Amino acid sequence: MNTNLSLKTPRAIAPFVNLARGESPRAQLDVLFRTVGLPVIGLMVFLMLWSGVAGKIDTSLGQFPGPAQVWNQAEALYVEHVAEREKAEAFYERQDDRIAERLANDPGYEPRIHDYTGKATFFDQVITSLITVLSGFLIASIIAIPLGIITGLSRNLYAAFNPLVQIFKPVSPLAWLPLVTIVVSAVYVTDDPMFDKSFLTSMITVVLCSLWPTMINTTVGVNTVSRDLLNVSQVLRLGWLTHVVKIVLPSSIPMIFTGLRLSLGIAWMVLIAAEMLAQSPGLGKFVWDEFQNGSSDSLARIMVAVLVIGLIGFLLDRGMLALQRAMSWDKTAIMR
Amino acid sequence: MTQSHLELTGVDIEFPTPKGPFQALDNINLKVDEGEFISLIGHSGCGKSTVLNILAGLHQATRGGVLLDGREVDQPGPERAVVFQNHSLLPWLTVYQNVELAVKKVFKGRMSRAEMRDWIHHNLALVQMDHALHKRPDEISGGMKQRVGIARALAMQPKVLLMDEPFGALDALTRAHLQDSLMEIQADLGNTVIMITHDVDEAVLLSDRIVMMTNGPAATVGEILTIDLPRPRNRLALADDPTYNHYRHEVLTFLYEKQKKVEEIGSSSPAAAKGTTKDKAKERVA
Ligand SMILES: Nc1ncnc2c1ncn2[C@@H]1O[C@H](COP(=O)(O)OP(=O)(O)OP(=O)(O)O)[C@@H](O)[C@H]1O
Ligand SMILES: [Mg+2]
Repeated sequence: MNTNLSLKTPRAIAPFVNLARGESPRAQLDVLFRTVGLPVIGLMVFLMLWSGVAGKIDTSLGQFPGPAQVWNQAEALYVEHVAEREKAEAFYERQDDRIAERLANDPGYEPRIHDYTGKATFFDQVITSLITVLSGFLIASIIAIPLGIITGLSRNLYAAFNPLVQIFKPVSPLAWLPLVTIVVSAVYVTDDPMFDKSFLTSMITVVLCSLWPTMINTTVGVNTVSRDLLNVSQVLRLGWLTHVVKIVLPSSIPMIFTGLRLSLGIAWMVLIAAEMLAQSPGLGKFVWDEFQNGSSDSLARIMVAVLVIGLIGFLLDRGMLALQRAMSWDKTAIMR
Repeated sequence: MTQSHLELTGVDIEFPTPKGPFQALDNINLKVDEGEFISLIGHSGCGKSTVLNILAGLHQATRGGVLLDGREVDQPGPERAVVFQNHSLLPWLTVYQNVELAVKKVFKGRMSRAEMRDWIHHNLALVQMDHALHKRPDEISGGMKQRVGIARALAMQPKVLLMDEPFGALDALTRAHLQDSLMEIQADLGNTVIMITHDVDEAVLLSDRIVMMTNGPAATVGEILTIDLPRPRNRLALADDPTYNHYRHEVLTFLYEKQKKVEEIGSSSPAAAKGTTKDKAKERVA
């Protein structure tokens, strides 16, 4: 296979391109089978097993949903979302009309604009969860990377911090959550809150759980900078900042990203659990509401949520990988 | 009292190891004049790199010390530039940026931006690397990387240039070429150079004096051989020069008779070393 080409075109498309170019059809078909055929076969087998097993599980809410029911509910959720949006638009239109009317009669009138307070749809919950996870992850990274660099550079700081890290790392988010909730309620008191308390609670819980992998991996990365490059830095008597920016950071980029990807994965898992437990808006709440709701559609709707959670987790990881590719200096390194 | 340019006095070093301290060097004494070209030669593991690292300030002597122009060397610094054995270029920077990092650090506040750029170009041109300014180290050959390493060191305008087997990993042809370049550059700039080598011909061809080290542990300076050959030196002409061959013989005798290693390492056997002068001469012609 032409490796040059496969670097530029996405892996799944490369064989088609090569086929079109008339490059040894036999080998291209092999590649095609591996990159497209096998995943499709895997998916088929999974769907078959799923519908087979689902038919055999009877629950208090009826039969466990198979792929078809789940698909129907996914469509239903989309329809609900569209309907809700239309309602919201209609609401704002009516409000605007009313205000225009009052202003025409009474020019001194100061219009008060009300927000539409409809039910959050599935898609709203997805967006909420995404915003929460990304802000939590961002804050965690902003704290963890510098901290990891500092503890990686100084043996003394490492000795001071490491026991704490080891103790806090294994703590489950569910243990943090009550503390965070109470502290946020006590500390975050303003008349005009910029963020919801529930948002802050979920986000801080995410931060607390996703700090550690990034921090630990950054420390390891900083520790493994090659002796030769450290010598170069010493001979040049580089200042602290130049040393970090020119030598330490570029060499630890791969390890930092390993940590970031682990952290983002944990952040996403933690968030769903936190939202469920705290009843804060997001996908976790959606799942919990459906569970409480207990209608005949609930199981299928939860299944939709499960699949979407998985898909988003996968896409987040791919996103980090793309970012790593963009930021790493060694474009030939193999990353998966 | 006259002071020498660079002076090692009674340098000992002990490395702490799990089995107690390991004394690598014992009472090294050496005086180097300004502009002198010194080679350090000795069997593998005797402590040549350790001497160089002490000169660079990367290791601290356990006893004794190093004076450069009357000042004690106790930390690394750009006035003692090092060309490392494995080039040690930053792989994420281009050739130009690698040299720039050093130039910016050394000449900050003393040179304008444009002057710095010219100086970087000038030094890369010295080693004939001005054609690959924007390539990264993994895109150029081993010899080219070593050239850039030399350019980076030269660009610091060091008082002393320290080189740890700078051409060790290169093929004979490239090595001969770089040796000639180095001789020209040194003739022009008059740097003090201390170079570690395994190659007897290289030592004799380039050096003013060859410092031959005894085997470790507790290695020390065995003999110092002054090479009294006129410069510029031409490897072709010297190949049949009796004085030159006499010097080679002296070094070989020291290494393979006086300091014969019991567990001899095959790669640098005397037979291999003998053949090289004529081969290199042929290669240069071709
Ligand atoms: N940091 C260290 N800790 C312990 N022992 C060391 C250390 N550095 C070097 N040594 C020992 O000191 C001795 C000299 O090592 P050095 O690297 O200076 O040898 P060398 O002459 O440069 O060898 P080569 O020609 O193979 O590069 C060796 O026996 C080595 O094991
Ligand atoms: Mg060495």
